[in-house]
Amino acid sequence: MHIVIIGNGIAGISAARNIRKLSDHRITVISAETDHFFSRTALMYIYMGHMKYEHTKPYEDHFWEKNRIGLRRAYVKALDTEGKSLLLDSGERMQYDKLILATGSQPNKFGWPGQDLRAVQGLYSYQDLESMERYSADLQRAVIVGGGLIGIEMAEMFHSRHIPVTFLVREESFWNIVLPPEESAMINREIRANGIDLRLSTELKEILPDENGRARAVLTSKGEEIACQFVGLTAGVHPNIDLVKATSIETDRGILVDEYLQTNVPDVYAIGDCAQLRTPLPGRRGIEAVWYTGKHMGPVVAANVCGRPTPYRQPLWFNSAKFFAIEYQVYGQVGNQVREGEKHLYWEHADGRKSVRIVYDARDGHVLGFNLMGIRYRQQVCEHWLAGRAHIEEVLQQLGAANFDPEFFRQHEAEIVALYNAQNPGRQVRLRQNRGLKGVFSLLGMRA
Amino acid sequence: MSLLFIYFVHLKNVYMQTLKHTGLGLFLLALGSFIALLFLTQYEVSEASLARIRPVLAPDQQAGVLEKLEELKGKTYSFKFSYVAKVKKQIAAYNEEMAARWGLSQEALEEYVQAALQQAQTVEGQLAFTPEGREAVQNLLPEHLRQPALQKTAWMVEAGRRFRSQEDLANNLRREIAYVGSQAAAQKQVAAYQLKDYLFAIVKATSKGIFWRHPYLFFWLIIGLGALGALMYIYPKFFDGLPGIKHNGIFHRSATSVGLVGILTGAFLISFYILLYFYHYYIAEWIALVDPVSQWLRGEDASRWFMYGFLYTVAILVMGVRMFAKYRHSNYHKIRTASVMFFQTAFAFLIPQLLYQLNLPEQDLKNIWPLDYTFFFRIEEFTATQIGTFMLVWGIVLVLVGVPFLTYFFGKRWYCSWVCGCGGLAETLGDPYRQLSSKTLRSWKIERWLIHSVLVFAVLMTGLVLYTYFTQRATLLGLNSYDVRSVYGFAIGSVFAGVIGTGFYPLMGNRMWCRFGCPLAAYLGIVQRFKSRFRITTNGGQCISCGNCSTYCEMGIDVRWYAQRGQNIVRASCVGCGVCAAVCPRGVLALENGPNTGQSRMNEVYGPAFVDAGGEE
Repeated sequence: MHIVIIGNGIAGISAARNIRKLSDHRITVISAETDHFFSRTALMYIYMGHMKYEHTKPYEDHFWEKNRIGLRRAYVKALDTEGKSLLLDSGERMQYDKLILATGSQPNKFGWPGQDLRAVQGLYSYQDLESMERYSADLQRAVIVGGGLIGIEMAEMFHSRHIPVTFLVREESFWNIVLPPEESAMINREIRANGIDLRLSTELKEILPDENGRARAVLTSKGEEIACQFVGLTAGVHPNIDLVKATSIETDRGILVDEYLQTNVPDVYAIGDCAQLRTPLPGRRGIEAVWYTGKHMGPVVAANVCGRPTPYRQPLWFNSAKFFAIEYQVYGQVGNQVREGEKHLYWEHADGRKSVRIVYDARDGHVLGFNLMGIRYRQQVCEHWLAGRAHIEEVLQQLGAANFDPEFFRQHEAEIVALYNAQNPGRQVRLRQNRGLKGVFSLLGMRA
Repeated sequence: MSLLFIYFVHLKNVYMQTLKHTGLGLFLLALGSFIALLFLTQYEVSEASLARIRPVLAPDQQAGVLEKLEELKGKTYSFKFSYVAKVKKQIAAYNEEMAARWGLSQEALEEYVQAALQQAQTVEGQLAFTPEGREAVQNLLPEHLRQPALQKTAWMVEAGRRFRSQEDLANNLRREIAYVGSQAAAQKQVAAYQLKDYLFAIVKATSKGIFWRHPYLFFWLIIGLGALGALMYIYPKFFDGLPGIKHNGIFHRSATSVGLVGILTGAFLISFYILLYFYHYYIAEWIALVDPVSQWLRGEDASRWFMYGFLYTVAILVMGVRMFAKYRHSNYHKIRTASVMFFQTAFAFLIPQLLYQLNLPEQDLKNIWPLDYTFFFRIEEFTATQIGTFMLVWGIVLVLVGVPFLTYFFGKRWYCSWVCGCGGLAETLGDPYRQLSSKTLRSWKIERWLIHSVLVFAVLMTGLVLYTYFTQRATLLGLNSYDVRSVYGFAIGSVFAGVIGTGFYPLMGNRMWCRFGCPLAAYLGIVQRFKSRFRITTNGGQCISCGNCSTYCEMGIDVRWYAQRGQNIVRASCVGCGVCAAVCPRGVLALENGPNTGQSRMNEVYGPAFVDAGGEE
């Protein structure tokens, strides 16, 4: 059987590796982007000089041949689901028995005038990185549009080369559609402390060209013209589904898949950023365009194409990022405000660069989510509490077990517990567990 | 108000930049002077210089060697290499004279052999050489060779000893008598092992010039200004943006990505080590540069090892300050750096000077066999005093008890990145180069073969040393204990640990020696791999495979390989520097000591959705 995977990102590669573990099927991974799998999340570090492209490849080049995973550098122009074949840009037709679509995302463009000028781009692909590098040579100022994860990454990238950045954020605070106000404000401060010209509540109106068709300035919704030679468009991404639009594969925003990650067309599957679950879990989205989704779906689709029907169950939500020097982790459901029936315990360090937020149920007290800034918590411990619907006070007593900061870092759990007691008169919760593996093992019931 | 603030920030930036650039300038000036120093000397042999050379020479060589050196008097030499060549030539001439005077010429030897053959008696078709026959030709030998010749040929005149033919007897005689002759000459000659120290003493005693007239000036110009310049360059790093990982531009800079600056730095370091280990008579100026410190701490002029130890310590201290700036967000790194700075300054540098002053064995009490490969060479030196005996016991306790126990509880990091001198230099001076180590499977394979071979070599070599100590015999199964020692000292102690270990910092990373060569690291690693509570924990399924951890692993561990599978990292080579955990942009890694079962330490493959339990490699 020949299994063809379109896309060599984390989703496609996770699928390929797991198919190889489960079977001897012939596997071909097609990518137009690079010869080998690299970590998309590490693109920024190449630009910043932390790593070279080679370092971002998680497997050495001989790995693929050794594991009989065929790699094909090509762009797929058309898909024929009836004839089970692909048309490549070389004109070649490739037959498949099963097809896995892992085509990822594309940056959003909202029809801004000038959005297709030179030196106007998003940051998603390796080619985007190359073009950013090209335009950086004579850059006096870059303007970045869109206050999300890619936008702040781009700001950090330019900042690493001492290139002045103006950062236009439509919302009144950075990424506040996801982050609660306090955390969002913390990141506003971090952005500004790094010398970025952050413009909140400011939208892009138009990008103005120079005589060579390159961006020379932007016009903002506040009527200001900001001179720049580069415009980063980072207002989110959408599934890259152009390939399937002319086929009978059903799409919504993404390629619609059932719980076995199968499309409506037999033997065609979709995973990662481009896939949209027909029936997401309550409170969850059908498209969760993060690294971890691709990584989780890969093994599941592998099992399915290898004849071991395995449903994809969205794991407990978690995500992570880094905003300049502030690390961010979230486990479970943490909204951008206190929702009906919820209580939030929010502790922030005096230096304003660390915080812990624990969301719990207002009635029975079970924990719903953790939001960490500048402090690392242990995923297995948090998920143990979330899955077991542990009571907030039980969690607070054992809170040290969740701490995953490096050794000799100050532990703040006692302050968090004290804050809870102060906010809940009459409660006398005591911290019984400090950081350490022994506590973790006993909590998780692991044999030590 | 805010304008004033911006102006103030601007002033501060200008100030910091100026400080940094001035510091760099001073450092380069000091470095340039350091190199130029080697070419600022003229050489002149005088009565005074001969008087200084005399005590260095072996008593029965003094007169002869000095006589030869006197021939160089009256001329000033201004080029180091030709002067050293001249001195070498004079010593070679002296050696030839000694051979002629104390040895046996080919003709004299032949004359003796032929005469002796005449005295041989035929017994049953074979030849016998009798004591009487030997006595008859004894006078043909110079007087000073007669007694040794009697001893050496004693076996040949034993009753019943027969030789097959004239030729057989002649060959044996030639060999034994020639040996006696060459031994007698060698006793007077300057031996290979003496030559380099003599050359150093001669070169130093006959040096003159601006440096030699103003040693303090140059000490402060080079060491003082160099350290000050480096610190001025480093100081602004304490204010360089907000605390956090500082790796911007590492692969854009020539110095840290094997560009021209990196290659030149490597070439300088490699040359330094080759000169230090094998040609120290060419760097008399560098060694004399720290005479003031040596005089102060030891009451004598500096040896090359004192100079090396001093520069080593200064490098760790200065670059340790850089670590405090770079990792000012990380207590683990600050405390660890303070630890290596302390152990280098106190244990490796100061305490041995104190012991020397007290006439006790000069031992670095935190150095552990087999890294300290000469430890068992010195049993007699240790056992000569009570405190020395304690040092011997302490060293053995460290090997047998300290290493296994501490490594069980904390991993090998307790030594390699907290205490060890090699580790101390790698973690301070070497930190800018940690990203240059190879992460390939192939290099891991080479590493395992190489480091364990060195361990086996060190154990065998030490076994021979102990055999020699207890039996007083030098040879076992055809292996000469002293030869094996000197091969180990040259190949492992000097070339691997020094030239490659440090010289290759800017080319192949800062832990070449620790990763591929150190026998103690091999021993610690075996304990860490199979019986320790230490591991690098992977935080669930959060790895994004970015590669920062692997890139900045100085030991070349492909940390990401494990992290992206949700697996903990337990590797023999990990020195626990903690940088993988620091550079991880998602907080996925943490160094931890904790309960150890195979399951809890290594195989926490995480996640409900994962079928990812390994399989391929």
